[in-house]
Amino acid sequence: MSKNRLIAIILLFTSVLIGYFSVQIEDTKFPYKFGLDIAGGTHLVYVADTSKVESSEISESMSALRDVIEKRTNLFGVAEPLVQTEEGSGLDGHRLIVELPGVTDISQAVEMIGQTPLLEFMLVQEISGEAIPLEQGTSTIDQEEPEVAFLDTGITGGVIEKAQLQFDSTTGEPAVLLSFNTEGKKLFADVTKKNVGQVLAIFLDGQVISTPVIREEINDGKAQISGSFTPQEAKTLVRDINYGALPLPIELISTQSVGASIGAETLEKGVNAALWGLLLVIVFLIVWYRLPGLLASVSLLTYIALILSVFKLIPITLTSAGIAGFILSIGMAVDANVLIFERLKEELKNGRDIDSAIREGFSRAWLSIRDSNISSIITAVILFWFGTSLVEGFALTFGLGVLVSMFTAITVTRSFLLAISPKKDTPFKRFIFSSGLKGKEKIN
Amino acid sequence: MFVINHKKIFFIFSSLLVVSSIFIISIFGLNFGIDFKGGSILEVAYLNEEHLAIEDLKIDLQKLELGNLTVQETTFNDPQGDVNGIILRTKNLTELERESIISVISQNNQYQIEQKRYNSIGPVIGEELKGKALWAILVVVIAIILFVAFAFRKVTEVANSDNKVSSWKYGFAAIIALVHDILIPTGVFALLGHYFITYQIDSVFVMALLAILGFSVNDTIVVFDRIRENLSISKKEIFSETVGKSLKQTITRSINTSLTTLTVLLALYFWGGEATKQFALILSIGVVVGTYSSIFLASPLLTLFQKRK
Repeated sequence: MSKNRLIAIILLFTSVLIGYFSVQIEDTKFPYKFGLDIAGGTHLVYVADTSKVESSEISESMSALRDVIEKRTNLFGVAEPLVQTEEGSGLDGHRLIVELPGVTDISQAVEMIGQTPLLEFMLVQEISGEAIPLEQGTSTIDQEEPEVAFLDTGITGGVIEKAQLQFDSTTGEPAVLLSFNTEGKKLFADVTKKNVGQVLAIFLDGQVISTPVIREEINDGKAQISGSFTPQEAKTLVRDINYGALPLPIELISTQSVGASIGAETLEKGVNAALWGLLLVIVFLIVWYRLPGLLASVSLLTYIALILSVFKLIPITLTSAGIAGFILSIGMAVDANVLIFERLKEELKNGRDIDSAIREGFSRAWLSIRDSNISSIITAVILFWFGTSLVEGFALTFGLGVLVSMFTAITVTRSFLLAISPKKDTPFKRFIFSSGLKGKEKIN
Repeated sequence: MFVINHKKIFFIFSSLLVVSSIFIISIFGLNFGIDFKGGSILEVAYLNEEHLAIEDLKIDLQKLELGNLTVQETTFNDPQGDVNGIILRTKNLTELERESIISVISQNNQYQIEQKRYNSIGPVIGEELKGKALWAILVVVIAIILFVAFAFRKVTEVANSDNKVSSWKYGFAAIIALVHDILIPTGVFALLGHYFITYQIDSVFVMALLAILGFSVNDTIVVFDRIRENLSISKKEIFSETVGKSLKQTITRSINTSLTTLTVLLALYFWGGEATKQFALILSIGVVVGTYSSIFLASPLLTLFQKRK
């Protein structure tokens, strides 16, 4: 057996193995990963209000925000939530992207994220008495009460380590005991020291919930909120603070939600389209390119097995756009083969025997294959950079498809062709190695 | 070669298509999807046969005063058989507004409904995406002209003195073909979008345009590659003969690759999901136009550039 045939057999065997791996849908170690538009779920985009934060601290606050929201989504039992911050050129403000697979009840999702309380401590200053110029971060409240301004102290839910529920031993009223972290402890001591006798208002989501007077410097890092709430409200507050108060206020600016049934339908249709497309391409290849066409079909199947395995191994999150990119790549993967076969035909026409025509065809087609594929890869890279999740999915499967198909065309198709290349030409052999709707290419 | 000898006819034909596309785009404007202008799409299925008549639903929805909204009837394939449903397009909704719409559609839970798909995009994100899309197209076009000029940098070395055409001109010819290839599908969509609300210029459309760019330049490069090869082999031929010969040698390949690509795209159109139908349609138009332009436009243009020297 010749070396070429041995290589071809090894390749074929490997392809079958890879193919077997790629059709293992129930595989738990390397499952296919599907995007929200197929698996069903909700995709939320929030914009964070960073106007009150020093620009040097924004990225830190954003990652704190991310952590808090991730904690909350985990708490509500969402499997594999994805929470990520997004910032960069061309973006207006700082974004937070939340992906919740399997969650299709948007109200519930928005509630679980957005209702996290924003806890703030603000100093109360009366304006009516002495005219204190208002600084940034202050606001006035309604006219009925004496005119006051609230001065931001920088103490927020973000510097609280934990909250505990307590009941006053005499009145039985519920109270919430807050313990600050190191940073909060220092800040709190500082604020209370400078403002003895002042009112330190505690805001929850912009509403005043307590207005204690600072009696002395508090440096043990503990504060108590008591007053206008029921035991149930106090309990909720404790839970919310412990599970994460938001370090920054956020606003929902985009929502996408896809039901699981419609996603399953998208996948089923995508698979159907891929199978039909594949079948039609194979029919075309065999009718037009005869024996080399059959080999190209085997090479195409190898390509599909290989790329599906790559999807599983990396893993690539498959979306409907990604599936479209993959299906498009099936059509374009054939291109390298077509280039080679057309060259093969020309070389046969020029009077070469089959074996040398195959070798010559490959080496001559290579430049075209290389240049045309590079241009496709450039497009894929720029598409990926364009970077909405939709287009990214397409660019990734399409770009990978171009790379992998170039590989299969120049290795698999080549090995197969060389393996069956005859030592002696006969009219029949020349016929099955030719292409087109007409008969065999004659020797000039 | 027929194509080179009659290149004027093809130039006129292409120019007519491009001019009418530009004309249609400027008259009708572009029907932007919600991801480019902001807005919401809500798809709801009625799980029971009985549901509110669409006219009554429209009247009730108008009462919410959400501005412009359109209601479109549709059917959803469900495991238990097809069910009726609606697709609602509105401005960008807040969560409260969405909930009130849902309760109108279900008539306060009188009818059993299922929200199949919901998409709401703020105008800020829309503007941002539109800007990004324009940039992406521009960057692809520039990257391609650079790549072609680079890949064919030695083309003047191999050619004889009469056939020397700068590699930048190859890049420029490719770009004219590309502009042609994206203007025509855009014109078709401007026309369709004027009459049918579903044909929209959105991220999916831009994605398809970029794929067209990739496909078309791929095709053009293969022809140029052959021209380069022939220039170095047969130095006695005049330029237009070499171009004609190269076209003849690559035309089967161009058509066959387009056919296989078109085949999978049509499969995607007929068997694929709703989300990718439009994509398949635009790209199919683009593949046809792109193949046409690489054969009848880009290469004949080269002979024109050569003569202009």
